[in-house]
Amino acid sequence: MTRLSETPGRVGTAVGLSVERVDARDKLAGKAEFTGDLHPPFMLYGAVLRSPYAHALIEHLDVRGAQDIDGVVAVLTGDDLSDIDPYYGHALRDRPVVAIGKVRFVGEPVAVVAAVTQAIADAALAAIEVSYEPLEVAASVDAALAPGAPLIHEGAVRPGLAHGLGTLPEREGNICYSYGFSRGDTASAFDTAAVVVEGEYRFPAVYQYSMETHTTIAHHRGDDIVVWSSCQHPFLVRQEISELFGLALDRVEVIVPYLGGGFGSKSYTKMEPLTVAMSRKAGRPVRILNRVDESMVTTRRHNMKCRMRTAAGADGELVAREVEMWLDTGAYADNGPRVTATAGDAAPGPYRWRAMDVKAHCVYTTTSPSGSYRAFGSTHVQWIGESQVDEIARRLGLDRLEVRRANLLGRGEEVRPGAKGVDADLVGDIEKVAAAIDWGAPRGPNRGVGVSIGLLAAGAHPVSMATVRLGPDGGVTVLVGTTELGQGARTVMGQIAAEVLGLESSRVRVIGTDTAYTPYDRSTGASRSTTVAGKAVEEAALDVLDALLETAADVLEVDREQLTIGGGAVAGGGRTMSYEQLVQKRFGLAGGELIGHGRVQPRGGSGGFADGPVFWEICVAGAEVEVDTETGVVTVLRTSSVADVGRAINPQLIERQDEGGALQGIGNAMFEEMRFNDDGLLLNDTLLDYRIPSFEDVPASMACTIVENGDGPGPFGAKGCGEGVLAGLPAAIVNALADAGVAMTELPLTPERVWNQIQKQRTVEPKERT
Amino acid sequence: MSETISAIVNGRAFDGEVEANELLLDFLRDRLGLIGVRQSCEVQVCGTCTVLVDGSPVSSCCFLACDVDGKVVETIEGLVGTPFHDEISEAFVRHAAVQCGFCTPGMLLTAKALMGTTDLASEAAVRHAMAGNLCRCTGYRSILDALMEVFDAHDPTRA
Repeated sequence: MTRLSETPGRVGTAVGLSVERVDARDKLAGKAEFTGDLHPPFMLYGAVLRSPYAHALIEHLDVRGAQDIDGVVAVLTGDDLSDIDPYYGHALRDRPVVAIGKVRFVGEPVAVVAAVTQAIADAALAAIEVSYEPLEVAASVDAALAPGAPLIHEGAVRPGLAHGLGTLPEREGNICYSYGFSRGDTASAFDTAAVVVEGEYRFPAVYQYSMETHTTIAHHRGDDIVVWSSCQHPFLVRQEISELFGLALDRVEVIVPYLGGGFGSKSYTKMEPLTVAMSRKAGRPVRILNRVDESMVTTRRHNMKCRMRTAAGADGELVAREVEMWLDTGAYADNGPRVTATAGDAAPGPYRWRAMDVKAHCVYTTTSPSGSYRAFGSTHVQWIGESQVDEIARRLGLDRLEVRRANLLGRGEEVRPGAKGVDADLVGDIEKVAAAIDWGAPRGPNRGVGVSIGLLAAGAHPVSMATVRLGPDGGVTVLVGTTELGQGARTVMGQIAAEVLGLESSRVRVIGTDTAYTPYDRSTGASRSTTVAGKAVEEAALDVLDALLETAADVLEVDREQLTIGGGAVAGGGRTMSYEQLVQKRFGLAGGELIGHGRVQPRGGSGGFADGPVFWEICVAGAEVEVDTETGVVTVLRTSSVADVGRAINPQLIERQDEGGALQGIGNAMFEEMRFNDDGLLLNDTLLDYRIPSFEDVPASMACTIVENGDGPGPFGAKGCGEGVLAGLPAAIVNALADAGVAMTELPLTPERVWNQIQKQRTVEPKERT
Repeated sequence: MSETISAIVNGRAFDGEVEANELLLDFLRDRLGLIGVRQSCEVQVCGTCTVLVDGSPVSSCCFLACDVDGKVVETIEGLVGTPFHDEISEAFVRHAAVQCGFCTPGMLLTAKALMGTTDLASEAAVRHAMAGNLCRCTGYRSILDALMEVFDAHDPTRA
């Protein structure tokens, strides 16, 4: 196969250019179709009856009243699932499609009504008779781990289809999963350290809020199933639906229109099993379109309690760290085990430790399930570890940036045993975010600056396939299973194919996933699309190029080495032939097409994918804040980030990723918090009282620097981006606030919390600061 | 219970019955097929269901269809093809201010309503005026840049 670097005469037609998004015009015209815009013939509307109790036995459930209503076609309950194994969950198979005998969180689906209109379905819910026998609630990690706590899950642990967690031990109490590692002698390192900083910290439950709520249409037709869904990982959804309903993979078709945002909330399997089960009962297509309050209890970010201590020498050498954390995964595991392991891996931070000990626990509670949200794990712990590094520097009278310079891992150094070494210039990255906020410059009272850096294992499991088709008119279509959820994947995939084929990217079309036609792609998450799926697209385009050059060499009667490509044509021997002419020449007349295949896999595939992770995403950011000491109000004045992307396929889209991630970082750090009461009831389940950032929260300055060191394993040396800043910025903000005089151990940084801390420091500070 | 209404939607007359409790959002989406009107928060916070009623932006999720009787309704579908849509689309494309696109129609309609009605010379004023339209993808910076470009071009004080 012709390698790109060997392709003679290649010109830069697409990669590195901020080309127009392929979906921009349709979206600006309101024409882009989301799942909720589709109406298969005879579609019914689903409404879900949800549990008002956090933990209860279902005593009595009678749906006859609803069934008798005009326009109601069918009602689904747990009794309808007796012919299948009704439990799912990609990590742990712990969740029933609909409640069976018991509910474990407020909002758990107990029954579904399918009716000819949404209004009839909604109204019919009131006609369902249900009574509960309440059980003891454990609405927090502390309650779930207390002696005598109610057991939330009975029976043995059942591994899910895609858990990737090795051998799973037996369940102990409400511990869903535990992860940990230890290196060196932490006890002696702490005994001999010059400085030890320690504390207990809390991170809140956060709602991803993709503006399009979870929406699924399913049609169970007996022998096959079609699902249209706002899902990030269609192939994993297909796998779980196939397993649940006992149909072969090729009898389950998952179609993904545009997504109105995802951010992890639409990863893995969410509303699909319930919708398929409802359609199976009704015998017609059924749509379930969540309201926001329903999506809030479908998935969220884990809240967490963490104890951490860090030891350093008198010269600022970081020597040891001990961490124990408890992540609240709610009633079902969802992606909790992976989130927990990733948080554990992120806890040491990218420094040269002599000793470390990390324990991370994923804990069941009777609250709504937690799963993936952009930069999970790292966002949870980076602010804690990085605030301890800052505190060490303060106590030793050292510059906080200098301490990092001296301790950060260098390129190639080991992050943890068995994992890929550092594949970026960490010192260079943090210096850039520091410079962007004028590190070291004098500033007014109550202002502070902070920086932070961390590593996020990115790429997930590197399996992606792609097909590139060159039609008889010279147009190119890319089939790749990456989901367009707003990040610009279709644009970038098109640019990669266009670059390889020497075309303008406008000649390339990238269509949405239909698992019946689109080649396999593991998932859209962990910043993997450009790197992994993009590599498969590059390979597939090279495959097409190979066929083009083969035909051209034959027709033009010159050696392949003498051919050049450009402008949709191949030239050689003084003659030029367009791709259109070459395809026609190869097949005769105006038919046929050239089809290229690309494949990325851990072993036997292209280089760079054998060791995990695929790459380390650098979570680096800087912030300047001002605190009003009378009110506790903190203002983020400016932010900085570095997108360390190896090679920028589309620089403008990378900046947008960092800006969007930065605003989510501000939301996570400053005010977003799902509040559950002791009964497990979510108190702020509308956007009236769960606030996300608005135009008025945009900092006066947001600087994003793109670093291109060509060190990624993806196409053209690229690696992914878009998540790092969400882990990096809350940490930088916490550090900036501590620099301004207020050291916080709990997020979000609400005025009340900050004001209370200011009062506390005023009482104790004189002693501690001497 | 239903009511008879007469309204102009995107330049076309609608004369017919709507349910008394029918939301404008559902009427536009489900009856007229105007899918550019998006549903999200349902509590008049996110702005993704914004449409113009007699030129003023309203949240169609909290507005009854019967209340547009005798009024003019404009959705993104009606905006397409107008000079304003061409101009603001170019600005949004130039700044890559569209990501998932779910909020985009509502943003454009609020911007249309703001043209010439508010003092839009300062970014602070624009931020405040646009705060009823949420976006979770972009971080707003690119949308602000695109909007300021369009508003500046139409600012009479800068002519």
